Amino acid sequence: MGLLSDPNRRKALTNLLTRLNTPICVVCYLAAIVWFMGLAFEPFTLRTYMSENAMGSTMVEERFSAGERALAAAKEFNAHKRKADGMPVEWLVKAMQARGLEVFTQSFFQKLPFPDENKERYMVRGTNVYGILRAPRAPRTEALVISAPCTPGGTNNQAVGILLGLAQYFRNQVYWAKDIIFLVNEHDLIGMQAWLEGYHHTNITGMEYSPLQGRAGSIQAALSLELSSDVITSLDLVLEGLNGQLPNLDLANLFYAFCQKLNVLCTIQGKLQRNDWDSAEGYTHAAQTMMLMVLKQASGRSWGDHGLFLRYHIEAASIRGINSFRHYKMDATTIGRLLEGMVRKLNNLLERLHQSYFFYLLPSLSRFVSIGYYMPAFGLLAVILLLRALDLWVHLGAPVLSEVDGVSEAEQPSSPGVLSVLTPVVISHLTGVALYILPVYLQDMAVEHFPVSETEAVVLTALAIYTAGLALPHNTQRLLSGEGTEQGWKVLKLTSLLYLAVLLGCTALINFSLGFILAVTLVPVTASITPHMLKSVSALAMVLLSPAFTIFYCVLIYQELMEAPVSLPEGLTIFLSVISQGILDHALYGSLVYPLLALFVYPCWLMFWNILFWK
Amino acid sequence: MDYSNLFTVYSCLLLFVSIPCAYSNYVETKAGQFFSSGHTNNWAVLVCTSRFWFNYRHVANTLSVYRSVKRLGIPDSHIVLMLADDMACNYRNPKPATVFSHKNMELNVYGDDVEVDYRGYEVTVENFLRVLTGRLPLSTPRSKRLLSDDRSNILIYLTGHGGNGFLKFQDSEEISNMELADAFEQMWQKRRYNELLFIIDTCQGASMYERFYSPNIMALASSQVGEDSLSHQPDLAIGVHLMDKYTFYLLEFLEEVHPASQANMNDLFKVCPQSQCVSTPGHRTDLFQRDPGSVLITDFFGSVRKVEITKDTISLTCPVESPMQRSGSGDLQVETFTYVDQLPVAEIIHQIH
Repeated sequence: MGLLSDPNRRKALTNLLTRLNTPICVVCYLAAIVWFMGLAFEPFTLRTYMSENAMGSTMVEERFSAGERALAAAKEFNAHKRKADGMPVEWLVKAMQARGLEVFTQSFFQKLPFPDENKERYMVRGTNVYGILRAPRAPRTEALVISAPCTPGGTNNQAVGILLGLAQYFRNQVYWAKDIIFLVNEHDLIGMQAWLEGYHHTNITGMEYSPLQGRAGSIQAALSLELSSDVITSLDLVLEGLNGQLPNLDLANLFYAFCQKLNVLCTIQGKLQRNDWDSAEGYTHAAQTMMLMVLKQASGRSWGDHGLFLRYHIEAASIRGINSFRHYKMDATTIGRLLEGMVRKLNNLLERLHQSYFFYLLPSLSRFVSIGYYMPAFGLLAVILLLRALDLWVHLGAPVLSEVDGVSEAEQPSSPGVLSVLTPVVISHLTGVALYILPVYLQDMAVEHFPVSETEAVVLTALAIYTAGLALPHNTQRLLSGEGTEQGWKVLKLTSLLYLAVLLGCTALINFSLGFILAVTLVPVTASITPHMLKSVSALAMVLLSPAFTIFYCVLIYQELMEAPVSLPEGLTIFLSVISQGILDHALYGSLVYPLLALFVYPCWLMFWNILFWK
Repeated sequence: MDYSNLFTVYSCLLLFVSIPCAYSNYVETKAGQFFSSGHTNNWAVLVCTSRFWFNYRHVANTLSVYRSVKRLGIPDSHIVLMLADDMACNYRNPKPATVFSHKNMELNVYGDDVEVDYRGYEVTVENFLRVLTGRLPLSTPRSKRLLSDDRSNILIYLTGHGGNGFLKFQDSEEISNMELADAFEQMWQKRRYNELLFIIDTCQGASMYERFYSPNIMALASSQVGEDSLSHQPDLAIGVHLMDKYTFYLLEFLEEVHPASQANMNDLFKVCPQSQCVSTPGHRTDLFQRDPGSVLITDFFGSVRKVEITKDTISLTCPVESPMQRSGSGDLQVETFTYVDQLPVAEIIHQIH
């Protein structure tokens, strides 16, 4: 009982804490890394299983046989798409109506904050076409969505073809308990965002869209198809959505179960499953798959058209057909059957998918790591910050204790003025706000004065503000009257450590991968920073582990894992495009990675930078 | 000399006199056997306690027993059928208006003259117990009542999801084995049954009949405590399991039974051995006063009227034993029993004063 209130015991505890602090921190860090890498080791993972009782097993008879007709429709679609140079709205409307659906269209218009150089668009105007298959006997309270994107060029025609083929087949069945919406969206994510906003009567992104004329009820699940060839060798499942949100694991389990039933090769992250988990290659394969998922989740982008459904609590996944150089190929009928089976099982649902996990990592399609297993890895990193903060708190309290024995009044250590601690905090956050607002705001001015395009202007302004922040400590010190004290930087560091711990903790709860990656690079350098270290070396270390460089490393690692390694200059170009995509994602779909980094993580890092240059 | 003649004549006379006596004795013994079962009417209470499409098999179970019971003669007016969900008209049923028991869709147990008395959300523990004990509001129609008397043989069939000591009704409530035992005791005290056959097809079904303590009850269950009852076959076209193993083999057995068959309870106990059912069916006969071998299947599953035509008068003895004479003085204090006032208003008012 008296462990903390008894001064002698307390002193012993705090001495222990102070002495062992650094070793414990180092051990925790290494343990966190080892734990994280160990997650991909197969004996530590669990086999996936269907949790939803209503969906049961793959007990369904698939009778879809109109694969050839679907491909013929795909060819027609391609021809009309080329003729209309965009979405062939009239042809699609007629085709869907001929298959017995209730067809509606929605037009939308969105002006991007700056031109998107990857997809070459700036002012986006388009039309979504969707047809509703009404359930013959059920009330119109629930719906399922199957979507295929209309992309320019010769891609994704077969997806629309299969969509129409399925629509025709489904129309002849009597066992639908939910309405099925067949959606063809233009301009992939922007069109999908417009449709979802129109469906749910929200307007998050300031898009202009015409209201939806036809509606079908609350959407329970959605599947998005991407298919660009007549025959495929494998199907890839894409789960990562906006802000790192994932659909319920049962959807992935359903897909995997049907792939096994129909003998279809299925992959995740484009990687096949291996059976030799005890060999080194097997383990690295699983670790690579998991790292890819972590990187994709951390980016906060929606990696398929399904990603935007997740924020409305609609479980959605994208299925991508891949045609690689393999002997065994599958035709459109098999894909149709797989989708028929999945939709029939989703039809049996009575409630939204909620029985299985929402937070997980997949080292392969049949094994998963749940949040209870991967969160300790982050917890160990957060503990380092808390231990350091505790250590600092003890040190801040200690001089008062020692003074009691010594001289009574004179030489009270000057408690740091609130101003000297608050100033770096305020200025760092103001820099963060500048980093958030100025790049887009000042792009016109930048284009006038420099020979760059708008996108480059935005990105380079962002980088410029980022680098300008590095010069801040020298300037803020000039602002302050008098010098900072020994106490001052300790208090600042204590606040910053707690702030960083809370920030990373909250991020990890929502998007574990983002929190973990930021923690891995930020925690070692911030925990050990003091003004008394060698300035040049520690400054270099801090810069190399700053958020911007973290993004750069992630880009390089991602390219390496995708088996398309890039050299440094190419990596730099990709890095710049990643920044522009991040800003665009935030403006177009409400992705929170860019505001988080600009408004919170970067100011926090700047506060530590201030500590390094404390005088 | 004429003694031998007289003897033969005398013996022939005796013979002629005794034959009708023997015959009437024979008829009387046969008449004695005629009323050996002691019941005059049959009732059936068939309950399916689970809803939702994936519990299709429970509705199919109940409807198969309903079908057998009707085929063997119990009319709809004497059957209380409780189905918690409508599978035939469920949106997900690819063959609307049918409920199949076999995957080749051989037998549509829904048929075209099903009379469901309690449907959907009306199937609750409270309604079930009220049906058994007869405590229904005055406005309840006759079709929803169990109007049995002390000469009724009642078949009670329950199916659904259960556990050790309870049966789940519709995902929101349970009935425990103690409640069921008490309900049967109430029925016994109110003379609402002559004999009761209780069949349950759920997981750990044997736990439901462990607590019975009223006489004349025979119970069968599809599995012992700690065992799960398994479903029989999935049907890919419909997409669900169609029936449970125990009831499937029970139905197969009952299809062989016809109103005149002499199959008895021992054959029923042999239905679905462990090799077929995977679970071990159990039964309980200690509360039953007759020997199960002498109990016909049709005593419970059918409504068989025995008719024998005879031209002789038969004196019938009362099959109910008179209460034993107590030894000791003949001064017997005979208590007259009256029902307790359900709401003793006079007393309450008196107390308030």
